[in-house]
Amino acid sequence: MRVYVNGEAREFSSPLSLAQLITELDLPPARIAVELNRAVVRRNDWNATELGDDDRVEIVHFVGGGRS
Amino acid sequence: MSTVKEKVSSESLIIAGRVFNSRLIIGTGKYRSYEEMRAAHAASGAEMVTVAVRRVPLDRSSESFLDHLDPALQILPNTAGCYSAEDAVRTARLAREALQTDLVKLEVIGDQTTLFPDNEQTLEAARILVKEGFVVLPYFNDDLIMAKKLMDAGCAGIMPLAAPIGSGLGVQNPANLRIMREQLPDATIIVDAGVGTASDAAIAMELGADGVLMNTAIAEAVDPSKMGAAMKLAIQAGRLAYQAGRMPKRLYASASSPLQGVIK
Repeated sequence: MRVYVNGEAREFSSPLSLAQLITELDLPPARIAVELNRAVVRRNDWNATELGDDDRVEIVHFVGGGRS
Repeated sequence: MSTVKEKVSSESLIIAGRVFNSRLIIGTGKYRSYEEMRAAHAASGAEMVTVAVRRVPLDRSSESFLDHLDPALQILPNTAGCYSAEDAVRTARLAREALQTDLVKLEVIGDQTTLFPDNEQTLEAARILVKEGFVVLPYFNDDLIMAKKLMDAGCAGIMPLAAPIGSGLGVQNPANLRIMREQLPDATIIVDAGVGTASDAAIAMELGADGVLMNTAIAEAVDPSKMGAAMKLAIQAGRLAYQAGRMPKRLYASASSPLQGVIK
């Protein structure tokens, strides 16, 4: 299935949970946050959240910046 | 002025019940190295720093920027780079989820050339975020009416600009900041954006600001540590001068030595 991660189309085998996606992308799970189709998914719900075809996932972290 | 007396009762900067001993808040961008940033933060005495929220790069394992900050610092996530209320609200929600903090420096930009805030979208986002329990600190144009609306919306403090972001021009409209201070004696006013050097920060504080937020003035200084230390002193000096209450300006001289007893 195709999942858009940070705007990039990527192919994954189904089923895939959000937690598995984070592991597959080799992302450090600390101090990141995840949005699925524009709604935040709490960390505790990553395991139970199954991804579907054409889902849009945003994964963010923090960077240096004062403003804009 | 009774308004002045009210503001001098506390020497700490208090934002939604959180107490800060420094009235300086600084950014974390544009430094030449992490080491330089840490040294500047330490020299400035700031207890709160602001960070931006961005997509995690997927092509490499990314280190956490937050690991480069002194863990004692309060982190203030911002919505820098957002151009709509909707994006700012989404960014604030993500920041809260990642950091477990309800503090947010709300920023909705209206124009890429000037980086001036979109006041209308800012107000809309502020209303939503306050309802969701955020401690909202909005960046906005130095306009009293907008300030009142943001306070009415329940913002914990307000962040009027001194000048365009990163311009280093200093306080461009001191009258507006002074009016804001006089008309909103109970508001926590933090001047944000446009400070270039220590005297600019001192002026903002002399006008009655409760604090100053800056990034470029320190990060782009030739010696950021020294500028951090200079800003710390400037903010203390400006605060003291505000509390002291300056003498009135006069057009003509007024001798400070007695006129009597001058030799003839």
